Amino acid sequence: MQFFGTTEINPSPPAVTASGNNAHMMYIFNRNGVCLLYREWNRSLHTLDAQQDQKLMFGLLFSLKSLTAKMDPVSADKVNLGVPQLPGQGCSFHSFRTNTYKLSFMETPSGIKLILVTNPRTGDLRESLKYIYNLYVEYVVKNPLYTPGTPIKYELFNSTLDQYVRGLG
Amino acid sequence: MPAVAPRSGEAIFSSAERVNAELFTLTYGAIVRQLITDLEEVDEVNKQLDQMGYNIGVRLIDEFLAKSNVSRCVDFKETAEVIAKVGFKMFLGVSATVTNWDAEGTTCSLVLEDNPLVDFVELPDTCQGLHYCNVLNGVVRGALEMVSTCYLMLVLSSCHIIILV
Repeated sequence: MQFFGTTEINPSPPAVTASGNNAHMMYIFNRNGVCLLYREWNRSLHTLDAQQDQKLMFGLLFSLKSLTAKMDPVSADKVNLGVPQLPGQGCSFHSFRTNTYKLSFMETPSGIKLILVTNPRTGDLRESLKYIYNLYVEYVVKNPLYTPGTPIKYELFNSTLDQYVRGLG
Repeated sequence: MPAVAPRSGEAIFSSAERVNAELFTLTYGAIVRQLITDLEEVDEVNKQLDQMGYNIGVRLIDEFLAKSNVSRCVDFKETAEVIAKVGFKMFLGVSATVTNWDAEGTTCSLVLEDNPLVDFVELPDTCQGLHYCNVLNGVVRGALEMVSTCYLMLVLSSCHIIILV
């Protein structure tokens, strides 16, 4: 139990493999599809306005997840294409890579979706996303002023996140 | 990358920063006492405790998931076990036993043998309808609501929770 002690993130962050400014942007969605956080570090091109962009990202994940679950040759319980899946139900992808970027994705059983878009050369970011989830718990969920389901506007969380993401390889 | 094994409630509890148990128990007692003074009706107090617990549970689930590495439970039996063995252990330091399954496997009881909330507590006759630990009821309800869609309601006496799916 933690009241007003110093915030210590447990477990400690995964080892950084390389240094550099590789991250482009990050999204956090909650289980209702509300975009809790959008951060960008390295984005030269904005083709859509922010809200459309977030909707498109959520739609992309939704469809991709549905398709990957449909193609799953191993698991027996399947839902039809386009039917919403519960968080954690069926199989799910963790990243895809194009020639210009890599998108890493993590969904928790509580429906929080973390999306990190980075340079295509970055390695496996699953541990990093887990660490960012821990940051979210420590700095956002435990903040008594935060109302669940509303956009995150906390300087401390943003700066810690920025700092961590900057060190990602 | 190998999948990270779920951590046991014990391991998380021992690594987390803790608050003195008596302070915790007495603070909770003071809250209940104040609610009784403010709301006067025990039913209202029960409702308020449940609401408080619900608000805690909605947030607590994320901490639980982040620290325990538990993945989605396949059925209700597993869910009940995880709540009893990992959830309670991690946040209260005691684990519960899951009993009283009904034939369909949709109802069970979580029994806390050693409930830290009820130390030093004696309910007077005027408060017989009070569910002293109703806050736990709310916590479980709030947390379950964030991870599933099919649960119904929990009922609770001082150290006894019943879950229906």
